[in-house]
Amino acid sequence: MDIKLTLNGRPLTASVTPDCVLLDFLREHGCYSVKRGCDTSNCGLCTVLMDGKPVLSCSVLAVRADGHSIQTLEGLQEEAKDFVGFIADQGSDQCGFCNPGFVMNTIALLREIPDPTDDEIRAYLAGNLCRCSGYDGQLRGIRNYLNSRKG
Amino acid sequence: MEQRQYKTVGKSIRKKDSMQLLLGKAVYTDDVTPKDALVVKILRSPHANAMVRSINTAIAKKVPGVVDVYTWEDVPQTRFAIAGQTYPEPSPYDRLIIDRHVRFAGDVVAIIAAETEKAAEKAKKLIKVQYDVLEPVLDFRTAKDNPILVHPEEDWCPPCDVGGDPKRNLVASETNFHGDVDGVMADCDIVLDRTYHTKAFNQAMMETFRTYTDLDRYGRLHVISSTQIVFHCRRILSRALGIPKSKIRVEKPRIGGGFGAKQTAVCEVYPAFVTLKTGRAAELIYTREEAQIAGSPRHEMEIRVRLGASKDGKIRVLDLYTLSNTGAYGEHGPTTVGLSGHKSIPLYTGGLEAYRFSYDVVYTNHQAAGAYRGYGATQGIFALETTVNELAEQLGMDPTEIRDKNMVKEGMVMPAYYGEVANACALDRCMEHCRQMFGWAEKYPVRNMGNGKVRAAGVAMAMQGSCISHVDVGSATVKLSDDGTYNLIIGAADMGTGCDTILAQMVAECMDCDVDDVAVFGADTDVSPYDSGSYASSTTYITGKAVEKACADLRKQICAVAAEMMNCQPEEVVFEGKQVRRVNTQQTVSLEDISYKSQAFNNQAVQVTATHSSPVSPPPYMVGMVEIELDKETGLVTILDYMAVVDCGIPVNPALARTQTEGGIVQGIGHTLMENVTYDSKGCPMESSFMQYKLPTRLDMGRLRVEFEHSYEPTGPFGAKSIGEIVINTPAPAIAHAIYRATGVWHRELPITPEKVAMSLPENR
Amino acid sequence: MLNIQNYVRPQTLEEAYALNQSRRSRVLGGMLWLRLGRGTIQTAIDLCDLGLDTIEETPESFSIGAMVTLRQLEKHPGLNTYTQGALAAAVKDVVGVQFRNLATIGGSLWGRFGFSDVLTVFQTMDAFVELYKGGLVPLEEFARRKPDTDILVRVIVKKTPGKFVYRAMRNQRTDFPVIACALSCIGGEYRLSVGARPGRAVVIRDDAGLIAGGITEDSARAFARYAAEQVPTQSNLRGSAQYRTHLIEVLTRRNALELGGMA
Repeated sequence: MDIKLTLNGRPLTASVTPDCVLLDFLREHGCYSVKRGCDTSNCGLCTVLMDGKPVLSCSVLAVRADGHSIQTLEGLQEEAKDFVGFIADQGSDQCGFCNPGFVMNTIALLREIPDPTDDEIRAYLAGNLCRCSGYDGQLRGIRNYLNSRKG
Repeated sequence: MEQRQYKTVGKSIRKKDSMQLLLGKAVYTDDVTPKDALVVKILRSPHANAMVRSINTAIAKKVPGVVDVYTWEDVPQTRFAIAGQTYPEPSPYDRLIIDRHVRFAGDVVAIIAAETEKAAEKAKKLIKVQYDVLEPVLDFRTAKDNPILVHPEEDWCPPCDVGGDPKRNLVASETNFHGDVDGVMADCDIVLDRTYHTKAFNQAMMETFRTYTDLDRYGRLHVISSTQIVFHCRRILSRALGIPKSKIRVEKPRIGGGFGAKQTAVCEVYPAFVTLKTGRAAELIYTREEAQIAGSPRHEMEIRVRLGASKDGKIRVLDLYTLSNTGAYGEHGPTTVGLSGHKSIPLYTGGLEAYRFSYDVVYTNHQAAGAYRGYGATQGIFALETTVNELAEQLGMDPTEIRDKNMVKEGMVMPAYYGEVANACALDRCMEHCRQMFGWAEKYPVRNMGNGKVRAAGVAMAMQGSCISHVDVGSATVKLSDDGTYNLIIGAADMGTGCDTILAQMVAECMDCDVDDVAVFGADTDVSPYDSGSYASSTTYITGKAVEKACADLRKQICAVAAEMMNCQPEEVVFEGKQVRRVNTQQTVSLEDISYKSQAFNNQAVQVTATHSSPVSPPPYMVGMVEIELDKETGLVTILDYMAVVDCGIPVNPALARTQTEGGIVQGIGHTLMENVTYDSKGCPMESSFMQYKLPTRLDMGRLRVEFEHSYEPTGPFGAKSIGEIVINTPAPAIAHAIYRATGVWHRELPITPEKVAMSLPENR
Repeated sequence: MLNIQNYVRPQTLEEAYALNQSRRSRVLGGMLWLRLGRGTIQTAIDLCDLGLDTIEETPESFSIGAMVTLRQLEKHPGLNTYTQGALAAAVKDVVGVQFRNLATIGGSLWGRFGFSDVLTVFQTMDAFVELYKGGLVPLEEFARRKPDTDILVRVIVKKTPGKFVYRAMRNQRTDFPVIACALSCIGGEYRLSVGARPGRAVVIRDDAGLIAGGITEDSARAFARYAAEQVPTQSNLRGSAQYRTHLIEVLTRRNALELGGMA
């Protein structure tokens, strides 16, 4: 089937099978930031933005992206750079495999709730598993970023 | 304690790969390998114990896109082990690439190579297998001397003698002791005899096992794998595939977490076999289910602790017996078990008059266990620390004070730790520091919050090692580059821990330069100097020391080139980081100029490879304290605060050391409260996905606080010991303690689920 | 592995209905459960072009399109004012925001999943399912029916004044519940819905009149005991039948006390 979508701001036409999931489609189109961590929609590693909303690309058929806008971390480098340095300063990037999904969902969080409380951060990011960091450094990093914005 | 000031060591700096990782760059195995590789899939046994009577692959091979299907008839018949250990491995050679006898639900029956995943999956369904299903050994308590043998084959082969006997389902067995255990026990005022059970918890690193293989431009097998052990992996593949090591190159890109899982060559052999057979590139990526059911999880253990003490709380004698379940294959079986005693008992060296530690490691028809952060110490420390907490509660003593009385202190000889001396030990300061920071005096008393909720606290100590003494080898190559910067080349594997960065910090410290002036490369068997690999908490301590040695020699080489440039003897010059100065004339040459000189009419190498091994394995120490809120009606345990103070010698990078600790604590909270491992009646694992195997989320871990007490380890680089593994050891005993405080019930089996907590209370039954 | 032969976006409900008459057709919801299946789907029917992704509020009711996501339910001011936050409480721990942006109310209810927080909470409301051919069916009745080839179009919730509370016990915060327990009082009638038994959520009413005379410590306790006796439970990975029965009693009592303003 032919689909037309906007991938990271650029129009894209592609031919896909009906059961191709968005995750595989995106990796085939060079978006290697999108990772698979489970096969049951539980880990959050494959998070991308669909029409601005964070979704699990493992659970979206590529054909369902027809007519929609998809953003991956490849397309949001500048927005990510604003805050990921604060995560790096905590050393909580660690193995990095969960980072793209976590960063994408943090972007969604900060767009939706520009000045979140710690509890709001935890709740919004609850679907992003991380086995290395123990989560606390990620929280400190986001908090430090928010504080830096306040001057 | 020796206090030393460093310029770069001891500073929290970003990991060298941080921005690449956080911005999602393509750096992992599946990102950096060509897309046209054959897809490798594995058909796995649905039975825990069976013989393949017949297998028909004819229809499967006809599926368009299927290149070949391999069965037990196609593979070499030399048994091997996939444990990443120094040769000769303590782990038995008990595997074939595909064995006709399948020994756990998930064991390999056939390997499929296809152009696409879809074709491979279709072929998988079309392979016809007839099994002779055999009765499995599923309870490890009945495995020893069971008439059903997991490994009845005659070619089972132990590279070293560790007391194993496959005719008894025994992988290893040993007893060691110090002093008159029975005599002292008989003389004790109080003896506690308790048995604990821990399960085969999964590392659950976010990136599952995966390997890409092809033939390089010389026709050699080129392996790109997510592994902690490139050199062991090369040796394992050589034996398994029957090809010389010189024909194999193994490298690792960035690794999406390991925690020990990737200290075993879990999946490398299958795509390698396909590449050798087809001459084509091949890639195998484990599904999460495969990582859960055919990975390399923690050894299930049952540990019996007998503790003898005087009524004033002096721990006089300890007797531990560990029964360890290695599953269907023996990877790491003979070694993990040792830590359950040797890295728990020495915590109580203080007044200990005698100890005995004995163990059996048995085969069963479960998934083979392997290496998981903590490596047996986690299990032993849960058992011993819980027993000590029970002793304190029975004697009515504060459990932190009973530890003050009995813990190992700096300078003590530790008989249960191979007679090593605790040269650097701040455990006593960790305890005092943690007590103050946590507010132990206020939080230890149980507080009723109303509505059936109570708050309570618990405590535990831990230790680990910093390498495998007399075994591990670390190496580093440091070379001067042409603009006066350095290259550091290692064989250790940064799996997210940050070892590339902390080793670069050591180079920067030694060479008096900026960390940004050190480029790091690792790991590749063709390029890296030999290193055992990243495991046993050894990289900082062992490879770090190799870095220190290499830098010392490199400074001499740089001085020799500089002396030649200044027409003097090397003894007349001093190395000053950015330049070398001739002392009596004050003449200087810049490092950059020296590097250019080294590339023109030069006979003096400016490149050093140094190697280090250690006769000792200095333990890091730690104290963890937890405050929980427990709902006595539902059994829900909510972690409020987890505080820990760690003595890892000198933290080379405090931010990374802190993150290691926080990550380890949350992993420990997982296996204490929610990660469960169960099997159906036929021995098939139930928690085969993240839908069923529940890792802690950021809503499950409470507030963490981690601080450090410094000690100075004279044999470590810059006084450093290790940090990577110890951090997972305190949650289980500390939380079990807090649950006892809240409910009056000791839970001696992990995980302690809400159901177990609730149903242990008579009012809920 | 997911295997779909054809993917169709019908432009009318009639077209969707016609396509769905084949045994090997499937209507797509959020794809979160469907993707775990191993069988082949001949035709995947995506209702996304039918405008069923909105919540319409009138003075009398809410009309919730089948493609409305759990996240929309969680964030909808009207629904959460009406249910005093019980709806948000029911869905907020479902895996994660990204999951809830995909999971649909139609998919959740059509599946009659045992673990469903969504079915559990909606059964305590005056809720009806609008089926393309079958018309309006009370949710409780719909839940008891076996899946057929009709199309779930929307869910109608009547704004009958009421009070709602929701509690679930989870072994891990974003896991399926061990027991999900919702209680409402609508027009004087108490409705208790218990899910994750682990079977499909069932509704219990105060037929014995235990709390009809008002909620007190004692009456809440009695009603909770009654509920625990009435609701069948079974064992699975997440908990034993005995523990679940115990939890039903605990959560029902707590829900009743909260509903009665006593907690």
